[in-house]
Parts: sequence; C-alpha cells; structure tokens
Amino acid sequence: MLEQLIPNLKNQIGKLKIGNFTWQNSRAFWTVLALFIIIVANRLISPNFFSIQMVEGRLIGSLINILDGAAPIMLLSIGMTLVIATKGVDLSVGAVMAICAAVAVMLINQYESGATDFYYTPPFVILIALGTGALCGLWNGILVAFFDIQPIVATMILMTSGRGIAQMITNGQSPTFTDDTLAFIGRGVIFGVPFPIYLYLAVFLLVYLLVRRTAIGLMIESVGINARASYYAGINASLIKVLVYVLSGVCAALAGLIIAGEVKSADPHKNGEWAELDAILAVVIGGTSLSGGRFSLGLSALGVLIVQSLLTGLYISKLHPTANLVVKAIVVLVVLLFQSDEFRRRIRQLVRRRA
Amino acid sequence: MKSRVFPLLITFVVFVLLYLFCLSRFDSFGTTKVICNLLRNYAYLGIPAIGVTFVILSGGIDLSSGSIIAFTGVFCALMIERNGMHPLVVFALILSIGTAFGMMMGVFIHYFKIPAFIVTLSGMFLARGGAYVLTTDSISIRHPFYDEVSKIVYIFPDGGRFTFAAGAFLAVLVLGIFLAHFTRFGRNVYAMGGNETGALLLGVPVGRTTIGIYALSSFLATFAGIILSLSKHSGDSTIAMGAEMDVITGVVIGGTLLTGGVGYVIGTFIGTLVPGVIHTYLTLDGSLTPWWIKIIVGTLLLVFIGLQKLLGSQFDFFKLFRRPPLRAEQQAQ
Repeated sequence: MLEQLIPNLKNQIGKLKIGNFTWQNSRAFWTVLALFIIIVANRLISPNFFSIQMVEGRLIGSLINILDGAAPIMLLSIGMTLVIATKGVDLSVGAVMAICAAVAVMLINQYESGATDFYYTPPFVILIALGTGALCGLWNGILVAFFDIQPIVATMILMTSGRGIAQMITNGQSPTFTDDTLAFIGRGVIFGVPFPIYLYLAVFLLVYLLVRRTAIGLMIESVGINARASYYAGINASLIKVLVYVLSGVCAALAGLIIAGEVKSADPHKNGEWAELDAILAVVIGGTSLSGGRFSLGLSALGVLIVQSLLTGLYISKLHPTANLVVKAIVVLVVLLFQSDEFRRRIRQLVRRRA
Repeated sequence: MKSRVFPLLITFVVFVLLYLFCLSRFDSFGTTKVICNLLRNYAYLGIPAIGVTFVILSGGIDLSSGSIIAFTGVFCALMIERNGMHPLVVFALILSIGTAFGMMMGVFIHYFKIPAFIVTLSGMFLARGGAYVLTTDSISIRHPFYDEVSKIVYIFPDGGRFTFAAGAFLAVLVLGIFLAHFTRFGRNVYAMGGNETGALLLGVPVGRTTIGIYALSSFLATFAGIILSLSKHSGDSTIAMGAEMDVITGVVIGGTLLTGGVGYVIGTFIGTLVPGVIHTYLTLDGSLTPWWIKIIVGTLLLVFIGLQKLLGSQFDFFKLFRRPPLRAEQQAQ
C-alpha cells in the first residue's frame, strides 16, 4: 500500500509543474514557508505560544497579540498593495495616519467639552476622519494620475508636509481623549477578539470582492503593467490610479484611528512613524513586485504577519531588544533573497558545479 | 539640452528669489555668518545628498544614509572613548566598513535583482539596528584631535565662521561635480539612468558601476557621520532619524528626476540649502511655529515639481482636457 502510494505521491508532486510554474517559482511558496518557519521557531522558544486563554471576556495569547499588533499595518498593506500593483508607491500613509488621528481627536475633544452639533458626535467624527484620509489619497492620486508626477515624489510631498499639518491641527500638542466609541476602534473587544482584527477582515473582504469579483482588479494589474497600453485599450487609467490612492488614504485613516484608539491620544510624531516603510516591506515580502502588475492582498497580509511574528518571537525570546532591528533586517533580506529568481538560479548553479 | 538643464534652472531661480525675499526681510541674510552657518549645519545632509544624487541619477534610490550617519557616530564614539584608538585610525576603519556596506547593497541590487528601495531599506534597518546594538547611550567624545579639528576655522571680518565642516561640504561638492561630469564613472552613471539595457549593450560595465554607486553613497554618508561626530563631539544612535528622506527631498528639489538620467550635483547642493534657508528665516522671524517648516518644505517641493512639469518640455498641459483618442473604426466614419 505504502509502496504504491509513494511513487503516486511523487507523480502528483511532479504534476504540480504546469508550464513554467513550479512550487519554487510560486511567489506564495517562500512567503508561506518563511511565516511557517518563524511560527515554528516561536513555538520552540515558547512552549505555550499557541495557547489562547479567555481572561475576563478577552482572548489572551501570542497569536491574538500578533494579529492585534499587525492590524494597522495589515490595513495599510491593503491600500499599499493596490497602489504598488499600479506601479506606484504611497510614502504618505504614515503622515496621513497622523493627520486623520489628529482630526478625529480634535473634533472628539469638542464633543467632550460639550459641543452638541451632530458633526461632533463620534460616528460623524469617524466619518470625517475617513473622509480626510480619502481626501489625502485623492490629492496623491490627482498628482500621480493627472499631473504625471512620479508616485514616489508625489506622495513624498504629503509625507514631508503631512506631519507638519498634523502638528498644526493639534497645535503642536498630543491631545488625549476619553470617548469610548473612538477608543473602541483601537481597544474594543467583540466575542473576545480585539476589534482591529474585525476591522481588517471587513476591509479585506470588501476590497477583495471589489478587485476579484469585478473587473477592477484586472484593470489595476493592467495599468501597472503598461498604463499607456491600458489607456488605449479603453481603460480609464487615470481613474484607476486615483481610486487606488484614495483607497490607500482610507486604509491609512483607519490605521491611524486604531493607533489613536489604542493610546487614547493623537501624537503627530509617533502615530504611523515608519508605517509607510513597514507597509511597503510587507507588500514586497508578500511577493508583489514593485514594478507593478500581479498582486495578492492575502500574501501582503502574510508579509506583515512575518514581521510581526518575528518581533513577537524576539520579544518572548528575551533577547536584548536593541537587536530587534538587526534581526528584522537580516530575516527580511533572507526572505527576499530566496524569493529572488536570480539568487536561486545562482545557488542551483553552485550546487550543480559541486556535484 | 534645454529640457535637461531646465529643472536645474528652475531650482536656481526659485532659490535666488527665496533668498532675495529673505534678504529683504532680514539684513543678516547678506552676512557671511548666515551663509557659513547654513553650510556648517547642512553639511551632514548635503554630503550624503551628493552621493544619493549619483544613486538617483542611475535610476536607483538609497534610504540608508541617515542610519549610516548614526552608526558612524556611535562607532567613532565607542572606538575612541572605550577602546582608546586614535580618531584617524577609527575614521579609516569606519570609512572602509561604510564603503563595504554600500558595495554589499550594490551586490544585492545588481546580482540578485532585488529592488534598490527594499535593499537600502533593509540596509537602513541594519545600520540603525547596528547602532542600537553597539550602544543606546549618548557617548560624548573628548579627544585632543577633536579639539584640534574644531580649531580649524576661517573667521570672516563680519564674524562668519567658515568651519571644517563647511569646507568639507564644499570640497565634496567640487569632487562630486568632477566625478559626475569629467570621469568615465560619471558618464556611466548617466548612461545607466537613461537606459540600463541600452547602457549595457553599449559596453557600460553596469554591475561594477552599480556597486560603485552604492559604495560611493555609503562612503559619503559615513563621511557625513564623521563630520557630524566632529562637530557634535558625541555619538548617539538616535541621531539623524529620517535624514534619508531629507536627503532625498534635497536631491529632488535640486532638479534630479527620480526616474534617473537627468540631474546635476550642483542642483542637489542648492536643493539641500533650500530647507536651510527656510529654517533660518523661521528662526529669525520667531513668530511662526516650528511645524511650518515641514509644511513650507512640502509646498516648495510641490512648487518645484509643478514648475518643472509645467514648464518642462515633456509635459503637455492640454492633455488634461483632451478626450481619449478615437478608435480606428470611429475615425474611419
């Protein structure tokens, strides 16, 4: 029985090769493998890594912590994946997070000090913050799509001035708030699971349906591969570009609100610091090429989880925290090296020469 | 030729206008004091910016400069204070380490075809992380050599102090211009930025040049770190946070296109000083709050890019209002 099975299995694995596609060339393979290795390593370091307990109506455990901590960057990675798929990049998301959080907290402070106008009520404040994010995205999108400015420069404008704008909104302070509705976005718990995770899943589902169940996903890939050709093929390339930047802005607004809710304040410097770089890194680890085209929202999320699990692993391994950045850089480089076709080709050549 | 000099011209004109505006408000902008202070305070951004200009000219990007500056500062402080080495030996050591670091990044970019953005981002984490691993304390440096260097200064009649840092900045600028326009390396960089495949087919040693470019950029960032260490007399792992973005902003304001192939080293020099002039103005004015500098620099970035686009030959303003082209069958009707 077993003897029959093994050749059969080999046959099956052999059949996985379809054309040029092999498991090694699959972008998903190395990402999933890296996440798997890191999680196994975490399990080896800490035996109760997988344990999840219910404490006071809240699930406690490393896995929940990883998901909860990764939620803001995972949200950013949704928008960033789409932007990168159109051959762009959005450097402004960190600054947009700070702006939106500042707007929300300043408005909610008015509500807390007794303002009764309907637009100071928490749901409207959240809407206004999301609108601010969309507006920032629209600005980036217009610069990129209609003025033909390179995405990295166009979004750098908002990146540079955004923190200044956030400081201007908060008057250079880090205002705090006590409102529970706004704080719920960052610290809320439903059925024991932190609210940011639900928020991410909801946005992921919406965007996934938008890009995979309508033609928009194909159009985004088409624009990323060749914007001019797509334009001649009848795709409104400019509109697609504006759309992805607006989406990225809204995702950034949500991420900013999560961070503001967690710490119950809007710090114009710390909110979203390095967030744009982390998000871009995650998207690339997830296998989406910076030169545009094919993208995968799920793999980008895995990219964030790789970095977050690594940081959690470093934390529980009691390694000195100063080493975190170095280990992160090395792991990221190793993952990228194995994803690189060139690197694998060279390794294969080396092995063959030896053999 | 017109379109290539154009962005530089715009930068130059706007810079002169900005400077004249500042001069009209505050007479001190005419003194050597302000000019020398500008050169001294912005040397640590301007020197790596010249290296990054080469990187961007070749069509790449370098995000690691700020972290390399910090690593250099911490390394120098540790080696001099804790290990008692002579500063000159330490400088030679760190310059070789920095150059090797840049070469490594170049190897990753060229041979393994990983995007420069990501490689240098990892380099940024690595260098900053390396600085944290060395120490998270701020170490002050007390060494006779450092005092000697701070004595090297030319004092103008009206009190402007032309320090070693300012001199080093100008020297690197001159060398950068020479390297870009009068050497084979410089021509190779421009060729690669214009069209890498084309350059390769014409016999440009793309691999060697790529590695050279990133080595140069890291070398200059390390040098800037040394300059900063010399002027601050200390090493701190959190110094120059986000400097890489200020450096790139300076290069972009200086008229270098991030697509590569177009730009001038002298433009970067001006581009780096623009935020400096604004900062000096805001300091002298005193009524404007500090966050305005970020907003103004961002706005200026927009103005520079907008003007370059609007007046440059490549931009077709009327494209905004034009309808999509008719299809062949519609045209036939």
